[in-house]
Amino acid sequence: MRYSIFSLAANALSGHRRWTPAWRDAAPQADYDVIIVGGGGHGLATAHYLAKTYGVRRVAVLEKSWIGGGNAGRNTTIIRSNYGLQGNIPFYEQSMKLWEGLEQDLNYNAMVSQRGVLNLAHSDSQRDAYARRGNAMRLNGVDAELLDAAGVRAMAPFLNFDDARFPIIGGLLQKRGGTARHDAVVWGFARAADRRGVDIVQNCEVTGFIRQGGRIVGVETTRGAIRAGKVGLAVAGASSRVAALAGLRLPIESHVLQAFVSEAIKPLIPGVITFGAGHFYISQSDKGGLVFGGDIDGYQSYAQRGNLPTVEDVCEGGMALMPMIGRIRLLRSWGGIMDMTQDGSPIIDASPIDGLYLNAGWCYGGFKATPASGLAFAHLLATGEPHPTAAAYRLDRFATGHLIDEKGQGAQPNLH
Amino acid sequence: MSAAYRLATGGLIDRATPLDFTFDGRALRGFAGDTLASALVANGVRTVGRSFKYHRPRGLFTAGPEEPSGLVELGSGARREPNTKATTAELFAGLRVASQNRWPSLKFDLMAVNGLLAPLFVAGFYYKTFMWPAALWERLYEPVIRRAAGLGRASGAPDPDPYDKSHAFCDLLVIGSGPAGLAAALAAGRAGARVILCEDDFRLGGRLLSERQEIDGRPGPDWVGAIEAELAALPEVRILRRTQVFGAYDGGTYGAVERVTDHLPRPEPGLPRQRLWKIAARRVVLAAGAVERPLVFGGNDRPGVMMAASVRTYLNRHAAAPGRRAAVFTTTDDGWRTALDLQAAGVEVAVVIEARHAAPPALAEAARRGGAQIVLGGQVTETRGLGRLRQVIAGDSAFGVDLLAISGGWNPQVALSSHLGGRAVWSEALATFIPGEPPPGMSVAGAAAGQMTLAACLAAGGRAGAEAVIDLGFKARPPVFKADDEAASVSPLWRVAGSRGKAFVDLQHDVTDKDIELAAREGFRTVEHLKRYTTLGMATDQGKTSNLNGHALIAELTGRSIPEAGTTLARPPHLPVAIAAFAGHHRGVHFRPARPTPSHDWAREQGASLVDAGQWKRAQWFRRPGETDWLETVRREVTAVRTGVGVCDVSTLGKIDIQGPDAGAFLDRVYINTFSTLPVGKARYGVMLREDGLVLDDGTTARLGAEHFVMSTTTVNAGRVMQHLEYCHQALWPDLDLQMVSVTEQWAQFAVAGPKSRALLQALVGGAADLSAEAFPYMGAVAFRLDGVAARLFRLSFSGELAFEIAVPASFGDSLIRALMAAGADFGVQPYGTEALGVMRIEKGHVGGGELNGQTTARDLGLGRMMSRKKACIGKAMAGRPGLADPQRPILVGVTPLDATQRLRGGAHFLRLGAEASAANDEGHLTSTAFSPSLERWIGLGLLVGGDQRIGERIRAYDPIRGGDVEVEVRHPVFLDPEGVRLHV
Amino acid sequence: MRIPCPYCGERDLSEFVCRGEVATRPDPTTLSAGLDALYLRDNPAGPTREHWYHAQGCRLWLVVERDTRTHAVTGARPAAEAGS
Repeated sequence: MRYSIFSLAANALSGHRRWTPAWRDAAPQADYDVIIVGGGGHGLATAHYLAKTYGVRRVAVLEKSWIGGGNAGRNTTIIRSNYGLQGNIPFYEQSMKLWEGLEQDLNYNAMVSQRGVLNLAHSDSQRDAYARRGNAMRLNGVDAELLDAAGVRAMAPFLNFDDARFPIIGGLLQKRGGTARHDAVVWGFARAADRRGVDIVQNCEVTGFIRQGGRIVGVETTRGAIRAGKVGLAVAGASSRVAALAGLRLPIESHVLQAFVSEAIKPLIPGVITFGAGHFYISQSDKGGLVFGGDIDGYQSYAQRGNLPTVEDVCEGGMALMPMIGRIRLLRSWGGIMDMTQDGSPIIDASPIDGLYLNAGWCYGGFKATPASGLAFAHLLATGEPHPTAAAYRLDRFATGHLIDEKGQGAQPNLH
Repeated sequence: MSAAYRLATGGLIDRATPLDFTFDGRALRGFAGDTLASALVANGVRTVGRSFKYHRPRGLFTAGPEEPSGLVELGSGARREPNTKATTAELFAGLRVASQNRWPSLKFDLMAVNGLLAPLFVAGFYYKTFMWPAALWERLYEPVIRRAAGLGRASGAPDPDPYDKSHAFCDLLVIGSGPAGLAAALAAGRAGARVILCEDDFRLGGRLLSERQEIDGRPGPDWVGAIEAELAALPEVRILRRTQVFGAYDGGTYGAVERVTDHLPRPEPGLPRQRLWKIAARRVVLAAGAVERPLVFGGNDRPGVMMAASVRTYLNRHAAAPGRRAAVFTTTDDGWRTALDLQAAGVEVAVVIEARHAAPPALAEAARRGGAQIVLGGQVTETRGLGRLRQVIAGDSAFGVDLLAISGGWNPQVALSSHLGGRAVWSEALATFIPGEPPPGMSVAGAAAGQMTLAACLAAGGRAGAEAVIDLGFKARPPVFKADDEAASVSPLWRVAGSRGKAFVDLQHDVTDKDIELAAREGFRTVEHLKRYTTLGMATDQGKTSNLNGHALIAELTGRSIPEAGTTLARPPHLPVAIAAFAGHHRGVHFRPARPTPSHDWAREQGASLVDAGQWKRAQWFRRPGETDWLETVRREVTAVRTGVGVCDVSTLGKIDIQGPDAGAFLDRVYINTFSTLPVGKARYGVMLREDGLVLDDGTTARLGAEHFVMSTTTVNAGRVMQHLEYCHQALWPDLDLQMVSVTEQWAQFAVAGPKSRALLQALVGGAADLSAEAFPYMGAVAFRLDGVAARLFRLSFSGELAFEIAVPASFGDSLIRALMAAGADFGVQPYGTEALGVMRIEKGHVGGGELNGQTTARDLGLGRMMSRKKACIGKAMAGRPGLADPQRPILVGVTPLDATQRLRGGAHFLRLGAEASAANDEGHLTSTAFSPSLERWIGLGLLVGGDQRIGERIRAYDPIRGGDVEVEVRHPVFLDPEGVRLHV
Repeated sequence: MRIPCPYCGERDLSEFVCRGEVATRPDPTTLSAGLDALYLRDNPAGPTREHWYHAQGCRLWLVVERDTRTHAVTGARPAAEAGS
């Protein structure tokens, strides 16, 4: 059933008894053209674009638990394309454009809200670094503005301009940035893919790969063997573990990133704001909760939870930047597992094993990439060639030295 | 002013201490010992707020921290605190309370129109609409939704109160001071163990304060008083009241927050508002009790419907009657005890509606004798009353009442036992989840573990406390108390079929049984999908009263058992905690430490402008009277150095002292160039790489002895380089015989630069050191004594002039800067700051922060030839990868605008002249810029594709984000004195 | 998390800096230094060995044995003695 105000009203009259499942809870078939391992945002988006853009219909998405239960449901919902390096900008801008048309494409309101992303600068060198980035964005046709302190104050008068340890001197603003409702992105892609015939198989964990003459031709799962022409991995938080089933080691460490939400309050914070002198960023959800976070805890983890020092660090940043949030209460915290690569940028590439493809290493930036990642991975799976916007995300770039290191931190994943 | 619903006697309130407060401007009175909620109950206030979505009137539903409905705004101005549970707010004189989420008033809320649209506003309705036209989302739909959502209003002003943090260590942490917690604390405390007992309430005792139960023949509260006195007398026991343990973390670390002054009319000077406790506990007894479970039936949210145990709390603890004529709807024995407590308090009980077909005989008989009608196997299907409860409908019968006490069983407070991932397990006997595998070192006792009678709680608590400390080597035994095992049977009723009107599962988020049916129909069947789709359990109460009912419903609707459907995992904090409490005093200027330089006080006296460099506060420039803009000041400072002499505090550069027979070999391995051959008494510039071959840092290292080097690093990278060197030594080459220590803070170091620097310094040091060109050539380094104080002198230059750096122990830094200035007076010495320092290093093409950005190779920076071919070093092999050795990488160049009046700004990108401004034509960027007094124009350093081959070419410095587009000439990066003549005089 | 520093005793997580998995790396100063050692990780879900630096304490680099699923720390010894 198509979603609209009319179908909603019609259903209201019949007590909402006629709605059907948003997606079928499919049972796995014996074989597919493409199997996507991982029912998160990236996996479901890949399936959607495979079916819609590339006409590949015999597609299954295998999810070990419930769809959207990994990082797709654990992020802080920010979308933006304010990157600085050429390997990244066109890709994230592609994603932004897809966000802008997502609801119409999916017939699902994912609440894409372009209320702006503001990165604050606290020193001349930081402002110049933002200028470098903003100019790179502009050269790519991406919107970017550099604000001075007065410009920041006009946008966010509640920031600490009075007794800040690191005074705000300006900021980089991307007005088209913002947030999207993370769960709805998952459900929207699932529903759209399902309507094009994609099988979404939950509670189906991949336990091994089926090989034939050095090529991967399917997967072993907790629901039996399933064969496929190609297998794509989109298992953020488990990339190393699943790749290890195929005997691969990846340039990835898995780390925990905590996020936080406050009690719901009336509108207080206009867009997304990031602190430039500490680990803190914040936005406010449509429901009213302040959604905020900071840096990863810094140690490898698969536990989906973190520890107090990071909570304190994030809240210290918050209080330093906007002391008006002091009496607002932190309601809930959670942890997601970030597959941190050695240069802080993702991998969308064929693996060294025929038939196996990788979509991995999104660090803590995977949510905003969801549509473009799906499109690029679908392109790779369907054509065997990298999508033009994702051509830099090669696995062999570590060997060749064509690194994409936005932060300039080098081969230490927890610093990216 | 009389509180109409205050009982004449009883309760743990101090009737001699009345407390006046206001609710929505209405003056009311309570007593010491009241919560805000109990005072409202005593005053007959029934409606306290409006619900989240439908804006339905809501009353107090519970008497505890699980409260979903009774949320209010406390205080005013910057201290306004939204979403505060009236049930846990301690009453004080002068408290100002306002209802929230209503407009214009609580009684008449225009947003209640949402209730009329309820047929549209089902779970997830917003995902299905508001999609067209796309542009209206941000402009119309979303602003409306945002304004309607949210609950209370934040003050919008900086929180004016201080917060504190404390660390604590103990053998046993006891969480909760009900019967189980007190028994546990006593068992451990008597054994001499270090015990911390945390109680969220302002009074110890837990449910004992709310029940008419006896221990050792004494009323519960009296017994609590005796135990509390004994605990307080034990030297190793610490009792923290008003302290909520909100989270379990790894390694036996627990987070707690103590509300130190929230209950005081005025903030106490010198005391924090709240204190964050970080408790490292060797063992933990979780005795957090249980939360009573509501029943799901039509109109179960109407003000006047209240949890039965909470009714008992108001009656017995606070001497406040939540109604005059009551009905009880129960599936538990506790419901019957409530009827008896109501009768004992003089409240008429019209009817007890027991969903089970049998009632506990003795309790039922007593209730009947007290005048209650009894309905067995009955269910409440509807409530009526405009704004508040007037009538309860059970099947064909209607009962005129103003209070309906409901009891559906108990949900143990398992959250802290599952914060580390231990899933709760289903107990069929108790029809609820009980702790599964708690974190290492934790045991769970009392109602939190599913022990639902007083005698069982006391025994289990005592046992848990004793066993925990016996495990640690103490001699302990459980205390013995005499109490009854009261009737406590339950049979679950997850919802009333055939209800009329909305039956709420989650009162705060307005999630009804129909919403859960819709979620099941649409495929949102896992408890996590259910939660996310309907928002069940995501409100400020985190589903403490709603989750299990919701999960039981989805299980039933999808044909699974409750344990099959499972439950969501609890995550910290258990109860919401003010963000400021986590920050403590790290806010404002105290967010991070400020490191003053050794000349800080002197610089302040000189009127220096200070700038942040990492955590350091450095002098940026020293404005002189008459100077109107900073460029003018910096120009004077630069000119002083270039023509006379200037002094600058460079103590912030990292200084690492490295000693040992293998120190030289070690440096050879970490620098790209060789240091083992450096003669004693000389310094050398070095570049070090990360393991991946990109530049980590640069600086000079001097050799003061055969086995003694002093390394300098950049200010920003000091910590990282130290960590890197320690790693290299300890983890990679532990066989190398050397020691190192950071001495950044131990030495004050000043650059003395300019043609007259030698004369100035020689005047200062006199015969202590010979600074002549012959005795102390460029890159010389010497340790000597200056007026009996250890001193070091280096002939280093960042400015390109004849220059020295002189170092003394940091405590003499202030003396030294004053001595330098005094000695320099005859030479016209001028202090200079970081800005002039930066100008001069750009004039000389020295790389700085803009170039050492972690993305550049030594070759990119024109330093590739420093790489020794004769030895290996960290990063050398990796630097040879094709992507890093590519000649098309941007390389360091200098640029100057063709038009001398034009300004350059860092971050501009390079384009060929005539090339379209597009990413494809992007050839690099400007990394550092400055106005050069020597060249009388702006100059810049930048990274330009193939730049070393393009000297003399004209290109654009394109800066659209600031409206800049300047034609520049590519130059060699050393703008001034490329032969270094000035250095060597 | 609390880490038993062999020099200082058990200390809170906040005093330490984690560098990451202990790679079985060839001597990185040699020209043949492996890319694998620099970039590839086992990244196991379970027991692992990591380098931690007691930055706010004795400045020892430690090899810490820890479980990435539970965060349980089972041992810590100086990196200089642990071999790497």
